[in-house]
Amino acid sequence: MSDYRIHGATGEWEVVIGLEVHAQITSNAKLFSGASTAFGSEPNTNVSLIDAAMPGMLPVPNGECVKQAVRTGLAIDAQIHRWSRFDRKNYFYADLPQGYQISQLYHPIVGEGSLTVETDEGEKIIGVERIHIEQDAGKLMHDQHPTMSYVDLNRCGVALMEIVSKPDMRSPAEAGAYVKKLRAILRYVGSCDGNMEQGSMRADVNVSVRKPGDEFGTRTETKNVNSVRFIQQVVEYEARRQVDVIEEGGTIVQETRLFDPDKGVTRSMRSKEDAHDYRYFPDPDLLPLVLTEDFVQVCKASLPELPDAKRARYVDVLGIPPYNADVITSDVETARWYEALLAAGSEPKAGANWLTSELFGALNRLGKDIGESPVSPAQAAALLGLVADGTLSGSLAKQVFEVMLETGDDPAKIVEEKGLKQTSDTGAIEAVITDILAANADKVEQYRGGKEALFGFFVGQTMKAMAGKANPKVVNDLLKKALA
Amino acid sequence: MALLTDLGIAALRDGFRAGDFSAREVADAFNAAVAGAKALNAFIVETPDHAIAAAEQADRDRSEGNVRALSGVPIGMKDLFCTKGVQTTAASHILEGFVPEYESTVSARLWAAGAGMLGKLNMDQFAMGSSNETSAFGNVISPWRRSDGGNAPLAPGGSSGGSSSAIAARIVPGATGTDTGGSIRQPAAFTGISGIKPTYGRCSRWGVVAFASSLDQAGAMAHDVRDCAILLEAMAGFDPEDSTSLDLPVPNWEAALSGDLKGKKIGIPKEYRVDGMPAEIDALWEQGIAWVKDAGAEVVEVSLPHTRYALPAYYIIAPAEASSNLARYDGVRYGLRDLPDGAGLQDMYAATRAAGFGAEVKRRIMIGTYVLSAGFYDAYYTQAQKVRTLIARDFDAAWELCDLLLTPTAPSAAFALGEKSADPLAMYLNDVFTVPSSLAGLPAMSVPAGLDGAGLPLGLQVIGRALDEQGVLNAGLALEQRAGFTARPEAWW
Repeated sequence: MSDYRIHGATGEWEVVIGLEVHAQITSNAKLFSGASTAFGSEPNTNVSLIDAAMPGMLPVPNGECVKQAVRTGLAIDAQIHRWSRFDRKNYFYADLPQGYQISQLYHPIVGEGSLTVETDEGEKIIGVERIHIEQDAGKLMHDQHPTMSYVDLNRCGVALMEIVSKPDMRSPAEAGAYVKKLRAILRYVGSCDGNMEQGSMRADVNVSVRKPGDEFGTRTETKNVNSVRFIQQVVEYEARRQVDVIEEGGTIVQETRLFDPDKGVTRSMRSKEDAHDYRYFPDPDLLPLVLTEDFVQVCKASLPELPDAKRARYVDVLGIPPYNADVITSDVETARWYEALLAAGSEPKAGANWLTSELFGALNRLGKDIGESPVSPAQAAALLGLVADGTLSGSLAKQVFEVMLETGDDPAKIVEEKGLKQTSDTGAIEAVITDILAANADKVEQYRGGKEALFGFFVGQTMKAMAGKANPKVVNDLLKKALA
Repeated sequence: MALLTDLGIAALRDGFRAGDFSAREVADAFNAAVAGAKALNAFIVETPDHAIAAAEQADRDRSEGNVRALSGVPIGMKDLFCTKGVQTTAASHILEGFVPEYESTVSARLWAAGAGMLGKLNMDQFAMGSSNETSAFGNVISPWRRSDGGNAPLAPGGSSGGSSSAIAARIVPGATGTDTGGSIRQPAAFTGISGIKPTYGRCSRWGVVAFASSLDQAGAMAHDVRDCAILLEAMAGFDPEDSTSLDLPVPNWEAALSGDLKGKKIGIPKEYRVDGMPAEIDALWEQGIAWVKDAGAEVVEVSLPHTRYALPAYYIIAPAEASSNLARYDGVRYGLRDLPDGAGLQDMYAATRAAGFGAEVKRRIMIGTYVLSAGFYDAYYTQAQKVRTLIARDFDAAWELCDLLLTPTAPSAAFALGEKSADPLAMYLNDVFTVPSSLAGLPAMSVPAGLDGAGLPLGLQVIGRALDEQGVLNAGLALEQRAGFTARPEAWW
């Protein structure tokens, strides 16, 4: 149970959140036509006769999109409906050439499932009500002509999954965690690239408030919210607004709202009274979608190891700390990078540490994501290998890494060229120690008199004299002996 | 030698192959006949050049020993089929001037089989109507006249009325039709020709302007049963672009034609004896029963108990689908656009659709919108779908007792233009015998079987099991052989 509460004049309120996430299915062709789904093409270049709803054109389902929806359903342990059907949602708009969207109202392809999210308050299971497949619409352009609007049909007919959660979330943090987890799963499965900036994933946010323990309140639906941060803002804003309305004696009307990201507020778009009557009915151009058990099994077999399983394996089998395991498994790209690092020979714990601290720090600084890392997993494994075999100290490794980031060179080459190899030559180190102890006789006296903290001073002086290349362990051992 | 235009598809094909005449001579003869029959208003667009080009190709092919199934045969194309480079309107003002960049699967198959196109045939607007009076391009007139001396122009039936009129007038030897609730069979009956609607899914709907997707089915119209078999063979076949297309080979229907009905059981559905049916039609039905018995069939009475619910269910399902299918005619991308000064999007929709659709189309869009709307959906649409299932079960039960059904095609002979256009319900009743088999997706055909007292043709309908076009054609042939229907309208046009 979440402790998140809105503090109103009449006491504390609980927020109830349900999300409808629209995720663009990763496929080369659209849901019912052969047109390309490439992002960023010139307007109206990815449009087939079917997408433009020319007379007599008919939809033919794209099997790949069906497969991706089934795989997604399996990834959240959902019921797969072996018999589903497409329905038409009828309304007029210039971005909808057919005059209807082909969707699945009555018989969705995927039924109930769930996913586990983690917040500061612990783990929680969030239910998924259903997943259905539907067509995206085109896009109106109002800035192309002084008096006319233009329409770009490139997106028209692109396949979407609508993933409908149960009203199981109780805080902005839970809503955020749900979206992040869902996005992670979609990216693992490969059914959606999860790119919220490009609109590949967006959410309709349903929010209501109630006194804890009461029945659900009336909800509002805020449409097309396209980042985790905005989703959380919508929840915060709507919950506060609804509490204020109710406490001032008003009632919440069931309505559709829009989020203004510049002002951080939601605004009424249309109320239930003037909501469309979509006149849903089964699409007579399409037969029911019947999946064989074999097809479902093939989908199941094609699933990769999913984030929860991977995290558990990292902790239990590889022995890496839960925090590192979380960070690495929360995104499929990071997990793939880490596994490539392991495959190149890195020790799991050292690799996980290095990845989450050194590599992430560097990428953060450079403003790059892991897919754009200037250092490859194989190069990183080589660097970690030089540390493990004593060739490089930790601080030398940092220096080498910086050069790798700049030049993209292999660590061995950098070590060779810059002479950054650490030395374990006891003779050379002993000579330096002898000089240092002689020059600091007073401190040697104090150390031997019990001021053991001075040990660090001697280490520092020795390393400095060795230009940082001395093996710290050897330095430690020799100093202890010399000072004994 | 007989006039080339008196020949049917088989005779033209065979005569062309035998070298009796060239394809070009055939095309010229029919082009001239089309040009001389403008009074019938059977065509929206005439395409003599298309017919000539196909004919010249056929003549070249023949000289190289390479004739195809329909080489040398020109046909008429109902204007519901999209034809590349040729205006396609569905007889509606809203598509006036629309020239597709693509060819429907059915027409493409016909051209690939060597056929040529004489023109795009007039029809009821969006195939909605039973008299051709809903066309935005003026009604087609039947070549038939009553023998009572009255000269009332008669309806050629609908919606494939341009097809039926043109075949009966012998300005085309055959034509495509489409049938949603009887649009091939009723006009065939009204004009003394043959017409077959195959099993739903036999002919691709790709590129056919949609009326009611779950019912629309293309079919063949021609003088006789053999010609229908030849034409349908060329039209039918699996099309991966149509999800409802049947992935089955097309049988060689013509080769297996036989009027011998020995071993066949033919059912007579008692519910088709409707009140107020003219005695002449009843008598013709009795005559038909005698003919099929003569052909060796056993005749049994069967019951299709839900027949009386078929028409109401049809007039919910078909308009529901139409209301959605016709939403795309919005003035945004093609066809008519009516954009009043200062109009916004909604105004443009309203103005375009008000100006572009005819009254019957608007009526059906409104009925369809109503029956699908929240609060009425279950009472109408869901209920109608249940009725549809029951009607299909009626037929399934009948097939336990018989192989084919014999019924009249329509409850009357052709009526005069204007006679029923003021009363939509009276018009809808024309489909009473054809709608049930459409709802069940079954193959059915009408063959001319006799004349009524006014000298107008009457048709008998044969309905078969799904995929049994052969059985339907064979029974049609048996009737044809015994009816000896040779009557033809006298040319007045």
